[in-house]
Amino acid sequence: MRFHTLRRTLIATALGIGLATPALAADRELLNSSYDIARELFAAINPEFIAHWQAENGEEIEIQQSHGGSSAQARAILQGLRADVVTYNQVTDVQVLADAGLVAEDWQQQLPNNASPYYSTTAFLVRKDNPKGIESWDDLVREDVKMVFPNPKTSGNGRYTYLAAWGFADQQFDGDEEQVHDFMRTFLRNVAVFDTGGRGATTSFIERGIGDVLISFESEVNNIRQEYGSDDYEVIVPPVSVLAEFPVAMVEANAERNGNQDLARAYLEYLYSEEAQRMLAGFNYRVHHEAVVEEFADRFPETELLTVEEIGGSWDEVMDVHFGSGGLLDELQRR
Amino acid sequence: MQRIGDAPTVRRLLIAAAVLLAALFLLLPLVAIFLQAFARGVDVFWANISNQYTLAAIQLTLFIAVLTIPVCLVFGVALAWLVTRFRFPGRRILQTLIDIPFAVSPVVAGLVYLLLYGRNGWLGSWLDSYDIQLMFAWPGILLVTIFVTCPFVARELIPLMQAQGSREEEAAVTLGAPGWTIFRRVTLPNIRWALLYGVILTNARAVGEFGAVSVVSGAIRGQTNTLPLHLEQLYQDYNTVGAFASASLLALIALLTLAAKASLEWRAARREVHA
Amino acid sequence: MSTRSFAIGLGSTPKRVLPGFGLSLGISLTFVSLMLLLPLTGLFGQLAGLSLAEYWTIVTDERVVASYGVTIGAAAVAAIVNAAFGLLLAWVLVRYEFPGKRLLDALMDLPFALPTAVAGITLATLYSSNGWMGQLLEPLGFQVAYTWVGIALAMAFTSIPFVVRTVQPVLEDMPHEMDEAALTLGASDVTGFRRVILPHLWPALMTGTGLAFVRSLGEFGAIIFIAGNMPYETEITALMIFVRLQEYDYVGASAIASVVLFASLALLLVINIWQGRFIKRLHGGNG
Repeated sequence: MRFHTLRRTLIATALGIGLATPALAADRELLNSSYDIARELFAAINPEFIAHWQAENGEEIEIQQSHGGSSAQARAILQGLRADVVTYNQVTDVQVLADAGLVAEDWQQQLPNNASPYYSTTAFLVRKDNPKGIESWDDLVREDVKMVFPNPKTSGNGRYTYLAAWGFADQQFDGDEEQVHDFMRTFLRNVAVFDTGGRGATTSFIERGIGDVLISFESEVNNIRQEYGSDDYEVIVPPVSVLAEFPVAMVEANAERNGNQDLARAYLEYLYSEEAQRMLAGFNYRVHHEAVVEEFADRFPETELLTVEEIGGSWDEVMDVHFGSGGLLDELQRR
Repeated sequence: MQRIGDAPTVRRLLIAAAVLLAALFLLLPLVAIFLQAFARGVDVFWANISNQYTLAAIQLTLFIAVLTIPVCLVFGVALAWLVTRFRFPGRRILQTLIDIPFAVSPVVAGLVYLLLYGRNGWLGSWLDSYDIQLMFAWPGILLVTIFVTCPFVARELIPLMQAQGSREEEAAVTLGAPGWTIFRRVTLPNIRWALLYGVILTNARAVGEFGAVSVVSGAIRGQTNTLPLHLEQLYQDYNTVGAFASASLLALIALLTLAAKASLEWRAARREVHA
Repeated sequence: MSTRSFAIGLGSTPKRVLPGFGLSLGISLTFVSLMLLLPLTGLFGQLAGLSLAEYWTIVTDERVVASYGVTIGAAAVAAIVNAAFGLLLAWVLVRYEFPGKRLLDALMDLPFALPTAVAGITLATLYSSNGWMGQLLEPLGFQVAYTWVGIALAMAFTSIPFVVRTVQPVLEDMPHEMDEAALTLGASDVTGFRRVILPHLWPALMTGTGLAFVRSLGEFGAIIFIAGNMPYETEITALMIFVRLQEYDYVGASAIASVVLFASLALLLVINIWQGRFIKRLHGGNG
């Protein structure tokens, strides 16, 4: 049962006027459940896809967007939000859906590049002229450096930062556990504020003037620099960092129920097209399409990207060992 | 006649302290919101407000408030009548139970509804077999909004009705008046202002609720996004002006509500003087 | 007012003379069961799978315990500040006439009307080191944002109306004779306030402060932006619940939430019983 019509009738009755929007002209609706900073990205991509689909199939469609913290979004789908596709910034949040049987078990094999049409890494945003001379992860454990990044307990963005630092230390100390732990302990102690999300961290760094460096996705720090004035901030991409995948998948149970399987598949595949990849690169994401990669080469410095698997085995293992209650993160943050 | 604290110096000192504290603590945040909203000029503010998704959010928010108020009103009056006019075992417990929404963190409030009516909840899965989905649609938002706002009317009425006692109603019964007439003619005029104040608080909270609604809404733009959720999304997406434009709308609704309340009280005071 | 209450006190009424017991009981019970108790079964359903020892382990986790300390400490400070500030405001609003009084009165309800997240973002903006208030306070050595002071501030903001609105009506109903008598007997303002007015206001003040305290225990939206969220230092309990949710750990979230729920309900029950006694005392047993 859909409540839209009922609501419209109720509103009309309650207010006595036809305030409600006119009935949708579209034949079908696709619901994309996405992470919270992708609003403008999909606001740019969706109209292009709608035009593309109409040109090819002559069918008028509409795409609805739902944005929020990616774990909260996945939780909503687990509890019955009928999204057809998910476009997240956390592999684990798609995996949760796969484990519940809502997404195909082999979802990472169904689309190219581990079902991640674009990717990014973790980078630094420093103040003008980089006064503290921050170039890589070992600069961040210096006593005179304070940093801001989101809480790894509440934010996937924060988890990537933690893993990147861990991967760096692991290389640096050749896997010596004690030294890595010491490095991480100092690293975590140098955090000035643990905001719950990337946005809060940005506000702390930019608007409240806290810390010497903000750590976030490379796409994010570039967007922030564009937003808040490229003269006041600089982006530093460290020589070693982590590969952050942005996984997409069809929520098969819902797409089938909504009769949207073909549409959902085409939508996800469209994200790999040259057109979409160019838009993604425009939003500072790294992409796979060769022509586009070449075109935007100067925007994305060469850097060694460690995969999560190289750093910690697998996402399951990483979540268990590092981030779960009583895990390494808790251990390292103990007073 | 001299009363405590009537000496001019004491009076001026206390008024100054109260006004200063209130200005710093309450007025300043309000001013800051409006300044942020207009930081990039009226045009940008207007463009954000007249955005299709903002309009849809306003519409949904008002719709939810309009449905919430009568429910809370009926419940609040019934409960207040029950606990102040009759004595029965469990009365005090019942009175504490209605405070549950105060005691539950809003996110948890949303969560408990989700656990019950969600796809995996025992009631939710039963409804799902009839293809009825309450969560992630407006009925879910309505349910949690009623949950967080239901104590307000009752909490306003109970102390007043307790203090007023039931003598007038009892006299009316003795005169043989039927129940509804007693309520309408005797009780209602006495509790009118408290009732309105309760409604105003209910409305304010219903319009502004974020935590509980964010859990059950699904945040589908243009469909299940309320104004507070919309605001949060704009803020997350670096549209600070847009976020504060929505915030200023909510503050405006709040202010209108407060103005309505103030004028009601004023009229009530005047009426008392005339009487 | 006082004469009417007095009259009620004399007429101890036979039970259930008034109509509507069945109807109001029906509506109340239906609503309370369907809207309040039924959803809570979801919470306890989650807890049912836990043994007592497991439950204990979750709710006494070192970091969670530290968060209880932060939350209760900040809520207590906020409640005490609100008791003083709320009393002052209520006093000024009831006893004095001055320009702008109605505006001040209206302003009291603002914290209820403003979405808590908006309040949080705005407070953080104002009190961070480069905000209007932060710029003034920081040189004096007060850091508010990202410390527990910020948490207390956000809690005080969201709960101030509870104190003002509970004290105000009692102060309004206070008979003139009481403080006039005190002054006639030669007491100073301060002594008179302490000996005559404060005892009269005490129950209402405590009720309001108690409600403000309970409200502060559960607050999340307003606090999270200004807290800094440093482990063991500025993490509140509501954040611990949020973290468990992010980890898809419904059971852990429910367990910690249940601790807050029970503590708050126990406090509210005490407040209600006390309020009942107080009214009974004032109106001679017709509570």
